[in-house]
Amino acid sequence: MRGALFLLPAALFVAVIVTFVIGLGHDPSQLPSTLIGKPLPAFALPPVRPGEAGLASRDLTGQPRLLNVFASWCVSCRIEHPVLLALKAQGVPIEGLDWKDEAAAAARYLADNGDPYAQVGNDRSGRTGIDLGVAGVPETFVVDGKGVVRYKVVGPISPDDWDRTLAPLMARLRAKT
Amino acid sequence: MTAEIGQFALVLALMLALAQALVPLWGAWRGDRVLMAIGRNAALLQAAFVAIAFASLAAAYLANDFSIALVAAHSNSAQPLIYRLGAVWGSHEGSMLLWVLILALYGGAVAAFGGSLRESLQARVLAAQGMIGAAFLGFLLFTSNPFTRLFPAPPDGAELNPVLQDPGLVFHPPILYLGYVGFSMAFSFAIAALIEGKVDAAWARWVRPWVLASWIFLTVGIAGGSLWAYYSLGWGGWWFWDPVENASFMPWLLGTALLHSSLVLEKRGALISWTILLAILTFSLSLVGTFLVRSGILTSVHAFALDPQRGVYILAIIAALTGSALTLFAFRARAMRTGALFAPLSREGGITLNNLFLLAATATVFLGTFYPVFMEAARGEAISVGPPYYRETFIPLFLPLILLAGFGPMLNWKRDEGRALLRRLRGPGALAGAVLVAAGVVLGVAHVLTLLGLALGVWLIAAAFWVLARRWRIGQGGGAVEIARLARATPLAVWGMVLAHAGLGVTALGITADTAWQTNKVLTMTAGQAVSLAGRTVTLRSVRIVRGPNYEANQARFEVSGPLGDRTLISQRRFYPVSQTRTTEAAIGVGFLGNTYISIGDETAAGALVTRLWDHPLVGWIWGGGLIMALGGALSLADRGRRRAVVKRSAPAAPRTAPATA
Repeated sequence: MRGALFLLPAALFVAVIVTFVIGLGHDPSQLPSTLIGKPLPAFALPPVRPGEAGLASRDLTGQPRLLNVFASWCVSCRIEHPVLLALKAQGVPIEGLDWKDEAAAAARYLADNGDPYAQVGNDRSGRTGIDLGVAGVPETFVVDGKGVVRYKVVGPISPDDWDRTLAPLMARLRAKT
Repeated sequence: MTAEIGQFALVLALMLALAQALVPLWGAWRGDRVLMAIGRNAALLQAAFVAIAFASLAAAYLANDFSIALVAAHSNSAQPLIYRLGAVWGSHEGSMLLWVLILALYGGAVAAFGGSLRESLQARVLAAQGMIGAAFLGFLLFTSNPFTRLFPAPPDGAELNPVLQDPGLVFHPPILYLGYVGFSMAFSFAIAALIEGKVDAAWARWVRPWVLASWIFLTVGIAGGSLWAYYSLGWGGWWFWDPVENASFMPWLLGTALLHSSLVLEKRGALISWTILLAILTFSLSLVGTFLVRSGILTSVHAFALDPQRGVYILAIIAALTGSALTLFAFRARAMRTGALFAPLSREGGITLNNLFLLAATATVFLGTFYPVFMEAARGEAISVGPPYYRETFIPLFLPLILLAGFGPMLNWKRDEGRALLRRLRGPGALAGAVLVAAGVVLGVAHVLTLLGLALGVWLIAAAFWVLARRWRIGQGGGAVEIARLARATPLAVWGMVLAHAGLGVTALGITADTAWQTNKVLTMTAGQAVSLAGRTVTLRSVRIVRGPNYEANQARFEVSGPLGDRTLISQRRFYPVSQTRTTEAAIGVGFLGNTYISIGDETAAGALVTRLWDHPLVGWIWGGGLIMALGGALSLADRGRRRAVVKRSAPAAPRTAPATA
């Protein structure tokens, strides 16, 4: 019995290492989303600022858009934020999904840092995030005019990501609709 | 030339580390003193060669040698001298070299100052240090060579990330690494003890100062990192539960447990295998932290250039080092002497409970940090947890720990009696109870966490100083002379414990107050405009453009007037043309009771300035408490040094001629 107890740390350690090995096979910034090529799962979220419209999946139709998942507690989001503001200034439609966050905190965050979003929905419990396969914040989905997910970026979008990947993709999608 | 010198020095250091890993191990097994001596020399030489490599890289940065790829990627001729130096460890390769340098210096210290250790123990400790050194020197040379040349050399370098161009970069990484690499000493001592199959009070006496020193550095390093985030990110947050913060916090939690359990081992000869296990785990968590930052397994703001190949290498190192340590533990530790017995209610029992809480808290942080990885492995989808998780799991574990920390030092060794213990702590208990009731009346009972935070913070500070009050027999009719005599006779170690515990209380109060009573305002301001904030008036006096060495800035001057006098604060919005980056330098009015924190954004079309103002009550106590804890550790360390000096003077150490393995 006592001997087994002494083996326990080593056994637990093996389990941890095995998961790390599995984890290493994935690049967290290029999580292949199972959603790509499929329509957005249906959701309807309340707003972060009382009195506004929230965000529902059917709002993401008509033209290609970005769906940006963020949270007021997320540091990387603050780094990404200026990029989003610059994209908004260029006329890129961006919708915001505020993930696992208090609505009031998100409203304050947007008031403090500027609001790049056309509409924002508050996913307080993170339930919608599970449907979307959100691993962490920030994440950004490219959704085409028919509401189908075309691409997903994990982590903050850099100006480089935009220029190289997202801008050409958005232009192609716009040409189709 | 310098790059080649550095490269050769690293290769030689690797060879020496391999020698250090194998020869003394063999020597200790054979009882061959000459072979064991080789280990000492190898350790000293290895430290010297790694230092040469490090100096070469630093020289390349100072000389703006952009023919070295690393320098070209992280430095620029317009960068101020101090940040060219800081840039040495501002990259993955450079910081890894710093890591290895500190490791080698610790190993060198065992070789140079470990003369009073049992010779076979010293040889085995050095061998374990050599293995760690060889693994990481190999990692540097084969996957992350800092000296790779770039041809053709660019005329000037890309700049170091402007967010890193801060005094924080100069101090934070070396101090942090001194902390978490320092735990390698505890690890190596644990390996050596498992090989020898013997742990005694002398072993604990040797390990404790290293653990203590590492813990002090790690405490200062974490507090400093948090302070850096506070003033440089421009919105006054000081802890984010970011994976990389957690990576340094987990070794700190377990290191704290180790600090306490090794005390029991030293004083009472109990908790032997437990202490060994903690020593292994603490350093393993330091390794896991290194893996986390450099493998790209999780996304984090701190992450260096990510490269899965590096991740595989570090994972292999962890598997080899921790894996063999735990295997050794599984087969050797059970044969070791079980320690002295103690009653559940005793100082030993209290420390065991403290250890269990710290271990549980570490496990909570570990699970939260790696949740996405575990979920991915189990269900194929990765989901990460946010700060709400830590609020609901970590804090409920940490609050009882603060309660316990008040009782611990009052407990007697071996056995104690519950009612007597409570009687001893009547004073602090009454004070904390009064705070709880008063705060409950003023704030309302709904603010449970705030109430508990305040009461427990006060409790811990009071209970810590109560130890001194009882020791000096204050209020027992001793008189001032008697009290002064007892105060002078109080060992530094007792002062150390009092300060370390009180420091934790101070930090708890700071966290509670800042979380509960922080207020902020966001508005656009024009020159001359005034706004009131938490009982003070803040006036924007002027806005102008200033030039720094490698940036331009919009600089706003604010005047803050309040009941405690007036002060002028300066906030800047900087633009670094080389990397096209903007940063915010917040204006912080530091005060004992709280900070005024102002950061400015961009100008609106109308010429008004987007301004954010915060009032952060008691926020400075968070880091002040950390410094007090570290000071407590330093006093405890100084006490050991003094005692060792006394012992040396009274009885010269036995000559080390006796065969060590006898």
